[in-house]
Amino acid sequence: MKVESLFLLFLGLFFGGICLWYWFWGYEDGGTMMLFGATLLGFLPGSYYFFWHRRFHGHKYFFWGRIKAAGDRPEDRDDAEMADGAGDIDSFPNSSIWPFVMGMGAFSLVLAMVFGVWLAFIGIPLMITALTGVTAESRRGGDI
Amino acid sequence: MTDVIEPTQTGLQVPEVPTGEPHGHAGHEDHGPSGILKWLTSTDHKVIGLSYMITAIAVFYISGIMALVMRLQLASPHSSLLSFSQYNALFTMHGSLMLYLFAGPFAFGGLANYIVPLQIGAPDMAFPRLNALSYWLYLTGSITMMLGFFVAGGAAQFGWVAYAPLSSATSSPGAGPDTWIMALVLTGFSAIFTGVNLCGTIFYLRAPGMTMFRMPIFTWNMLVTGILILIAFPVLTAALVMLFCDRHFDTHIYTAVGCHLVNGLPMRSCGSPLLWQNLFWFFGHPEVYILALPFFGIVTEIFPVFSRKPVFGYKGMVFATMSIAALSTGVWAHHMFTTGAVLLPFFSLLSLLIAVPTGIEFFNWIGTMWHGQLRFTTPMLFSVGFLFAFLMGGVTGIMLASPPIDFATHDTYFVVAHFHQVLIGTAVFAGFAGLYYWYPKMFGRMLHEGLGKWHFWLLFIGFWVTFMPQYVLGLLGMPRRVASYPSNLGWQSYNIVSTVGAFIIGVSFAFLLVNFVVSWRKPIPAGDNPWDGQTLEWFTTSPPPHHNYTHLPPIRSERPTWDYNHPDALNVPHGKAAHTNGKTNGKVRAGV
Repeated sequence: MKVESLFLLFLGLFFGGICLWYWFWGYEDGGTMMLFGATLLGFLPGSYYFFWHRRFHGHKYFFWGRIKAAGDRPEDRDDAEMADGAGDIDSFPNSSIWPFVMGMGAFSLVLAMVFGVWLAFIGIPLMITALTGVTAESRRGGDI
Repeated sequence: MTDVIEPTQTGLQVPEVPTGEPHGHAGHEDHGPSGILKWLTSTDHKVIGLSYMITAIAVFYISGIMALVMRLQLASPHSSLLSFSQYNALFTMHGSLMLYLFAGPFAFGGLANYIVPLQIGAPDMAFPRLNALSYWLYLTGSITMMLGFFVAGGAAQFGWVAYAPLSSATSSPGAGPDTWIMALVLTGFSAIFTGVNLCGTIFYLRAPGMTMFRMPIFTWNMLVTGILILIAFPVLTAALVMLFCDRHFDTHIYTAVGCHLVNGLPMRSCGSPLLWQNLFWFFGHPEVYILALPFFGIVTEIFPVFSRKPVFGYKGMVFATMSIAALSTGVWAHHMFTTGAVLLPFFSLLSLLIAVPTGIEFFNWIGTMWHGQLRFTTPMLFSVGFLFAFLMGGVTGIMLASPPIDFATHDTYFVVAHFHQVLIGTAVFAGFAGLYYWYPKMFGRMLHEGLGKWHFWLLFIGFWVTFMPQYVLGLLGMPRRVASYPSNLGWQSYNIVSTVGAFIIGVSFAFLLVNFVVSWRKPIPAGDNPWDGQTLEWFTTSPPPHHNYTHLPPIRSERPTWDYNHPDALNVPHGKAAHTNGKTNGKVRAGV
């Protein structure tokens, strides 16, 4: 988590610096706002990963509070063995029809914007069906 | 001694006590539907990656044929092969298909989807169903864009950049521009989902021991590309929605209609055509690197394998890639120098700075080959071709980053030549290097080397013959996006040479099609590791089983498969020590 967090925090810091530099030199609103958005994109997930990095090392919050240190994840350790990652990794679906259905729903909806609202009568039911189906599939878990 | 992971039907478990021997390839068991239903319902990253690549290559050929028709039109000054509006539609769709629907999706949807989980020892992408949805949005986006040719008024004619107010409902009426906008909304969401998936997969699904600084450079580059996608594509998608609103709901976001002058200046709240350019290029320039960094990653995989050396300056490559990505987000307005409304020194300085990390990458690619045992197989030839092509595109890019030169050459064929040399260097030379390199892994069979070399050499020759005359044409003042030109300006001979070159490129890609057919009809078995590859994907079977691995080797460096297959070479230093000892180490390590 350390490298991931520093990577993103570095990007946030860089974009923040560029954003300030651009604002005080160019005084241009649009570009400054986009650079500010990019800054947040670095800082928000970067802080989240940094929070977990510190927590793995026994800090309840970023720099204060103590909990039992769990240590780095196996994928963050140079000397990790395969067995260190023992246990479930995740549940991976073998196949699912719902992404296809949702894709067709989205297709109909954008075509409705161009060719006529009647296409939305196909797109909306497809989207609702797909959202329901994919949610039920996730709730069932297991062999999905 | 290897540790074992066993795939289950629904997920992946690592047993508490690893066994000492690898299991058989249990992953070849039946998983889910077969036939057409398999392609419709699969959430396997390999099937989705292949779907992406097949679609992207089909788009590439369609778009390439458009380019040939345009070159035929330009071979004579007043050709009547195409009408002006047909020509406008063709260059718009050629650019849009190549940039939005080939180069990017081929890399981050196709190759990255297939290769990244394999390279980090993951069973799949982090969000498999989101991954499948990305593909369906991409496919339907591609269909939506090409629907433009079949509607009244024809396809969009405002170029792949859709500058306002040319893209307004008044200047570009009809359904064609709307299908263009909606196609990009679909593919925009597709790209965003893929970016999320790439970052999630790389952050959370690496195998034990696969630390960030042991990841292959291709995976690193795809992570950086994923972040760039998340910075750039939401801006484009939002800008497109606003453009659609301008066209249909009179929002006047990109038009100056109704503006009042207050103290001699326009009101700050009124619409502005330049806002489109700002938003578009805030997407558009990172997009150039979204289309470049994956391909940098591909050649960085290929050079070490065919030089039989580790990559030279591993960490330098990683930091250079990060620097390129970071800088690329601050250079968008160098496309807008001639508007007179941008901060020239700021954007010029940042644009020029990108040359530094790019130079580091070039230095490291050459350093990787230096004193190596070079094998000029087809993937290696394409990678070396990339070096020459991208170098020329890059050097002219540095020229264009200088405002005085940009003012003189803006909107001329000089820019066309620069842009094509950059993108053919990356997406075509490096992209097809990646295809030749990983094809044996994907299908368990080789592509024919002889046909591959014909493909390369014809492409390489055609590339220079096509685009070098275009630099001259640009300097002579020929503007881009014109269907005809005066006959008394001496442009025709250069245009004829360029057209001949384009057809040589066209012929070269016929060899690729023949190669696919030959590989299908007379397969040459590839084995699991035909190139003596170094990274993790070469450890598994070709093609890989469901959930990728039945067992994994210990991961102790950035090239675990090499370590496993060459235990005698384990004493050779990796990482910091190896990279700081320069020449001596290079000699020792070459060929071990």
